[in-house]
Amino acid sequence: MEKLRYERPIIRKLESAMPNKFGSRTELLPKTHIDGVAVKELIDNYGSPLFVISEQTIRETFQAEKKAFTTRYPKVQFAWSYKTNYLNAVCNVFHQEGSWAEVVSGFEYEKALKNGVSGKKIIFNGPDKTEADLRKAIANDSLIHIDHLDELYTIIELAGDMKLKPRVAIRVNMDIGVYPMWDRFGFNYENGQAWDALNKIMRSDKLELVGLHTHIGTFMLTAQAYGTAAYKLADLALGVQKKYKHKIKYIDMGGGFTSNNTLKGAYLPGADTNPGFEDYAEAITSALINSDFEPGDLPLLILETGRALIDDAGYLLGSVITNKRLSDGRRNTIIDVGVNILFTAFWYEHKVTPAQEFTHYAEDTVLYGPLCMNIDVIRENVSLPLMNKGDHFVIHSVGAYNMTQWMQFITLRPKVIMIGTDGEAHLIRDNESLESITSHERMPDHLKKFEL
Amino acid sequence: MNLKKNIAVSDSGFIFNPDTGESFTANPIGLEILGLLKEGLDFEAVRKKILEKYKTDKDTVEKDYHDFINMLNQFSLIEHEG
Repeated sequence: MEKLRYERPIIRKLESAMPNKFGSRTELLPKTHIDGVAVKELIDNYGSPLFVISEQTIRETFQAEKKAFTTRYPKVQFAWSYKTNYLNAVCNVFHQEGSWAEVVSGFEYEKALKNGVSGKKIIFNGPDKTEADLRKAIANDSLIHIDHLDELYTIIELAGDMKLKPRVAIRVNMDIGVYPMWDRFGFNYENGQAWDALNKIMRSDKLELVGLHTHIGTFMLTAQAYGTAAYKLADLALGVQKKYKHKIKYIDMGGGFTSNNTLKGAYLPGADTNPGFEDYAEAITSALINSDFEPGDLPLLILETGRALIDDAGYLLGSVITNKRLSDGRRNTIIDVGVNILFTAFWYEHKVTPAQEFTHYAEDTVLYGPLCMNIDVIRENVSLPLMNKGDHFVIHSVGAYNMTQWMQFITLRPKVIMIGTDGEAHLIRDNESLESITSHERMPDHLKKFEL
Repeated sequence: MNLKKNIAVSDSGFIFNPDTGESFTANPIGLEILGLLKEGLDFEAVRKKILEKYKTDKDTVEKDYHDFINMLNQFSLIEHEG
């Protein structure tokens, strides 16, 4: 007779008090496959932990956002936010879908060029563009979004020097009724900084003012804030049109849309409460259409949404190292996924699902990563089905920021797989080795030998 | 170390302590171990039974058994001699 699947014995006291307002367990079914490929097979073939990206989900999510905007507004362009996930394979899925590139450093700019994006379709954001970066961007006719006056002066100087007319926009920050106000980037709308910058650009006659850009925040739980921002950018664009008889070609609303993740401290799951593409699209396009732009002369709407497009397409597979108990009796489970590769564990209560069959019994558990560091906590309290040592699990919605903000700290970074629309698993980033880390180190001669 | 004699254990996993009026639930393996303890089996005998029936190993059963006993202890379901 075949032996049964083992589950550790548990006993739980029945409480007759008020129900827990945070609810009970949420995982009802195991996540055994991703796009038809078995989780176990992926781990057997590529190791644990392992990042897995679903190409199908990226494309479906992109099409959903595109539909939300293009059904409401006539001219829409997406630009892939490189910092959110700049693995080349991921970038190219977005470029195949028609996204331009949105970069915030010389490194990302080079990456976009190497991926084959034309310089004209690269939006260069961020406060740190070196003179060399700017020269390159001007030579390639990229869209340069100016963050501060020193940058503006440098571009004016370079334009004269290079005898080219760079295409620029300014980044505008503003009060959109949401705290905290993101006022560290760009020029402020309310206090006149934005107009000051626009006047300088228009009067220099050396730059072509093509757009206005804002990026109001991150993981914005209020779609209407975008409506306020779009209204203010429209006001600036119409002001420039009136004052200088100059048409602003595009309004770039940046990103900051939510994914299905649940922010720490949220009462309800993000998937149930976060705004969707339709909500953001309705707020932004309504503000632009209701502004004083002539109906046939609306500016191009650019969107740089990153997280909302890639987060839910990313999974992190891992394995249980051990189950323990804390001094106060709480269950804790140590897994091979740490905050060094799951940076977003600091922001979200990530959904974690076992990858094999489980019973309906669950235990409140603290989920710790493998690092010998106290900060390595993946979930502070999660009601998890019972998993044994060596069992696998899937962490959901990890596609945004983890594969760019991950750290080589204590352990090496794992492989990244993309499940293609062909149903095959493709290796898109290899794991690090000792050599890949130490090859950057140099040893002074006098430190080469030692005796113990 | 024995399970208190008056602890009622139903087949469906419902456990009742008449001394305190407290009720508990256990998963099937927990229930099975409670049954074996009621029969007076010691750790080695319990482990043997579990290993015969389930896909697991000696170390895991030992670790989980003692963890389970600690839980029973914490819930005052264990009778201490002397």
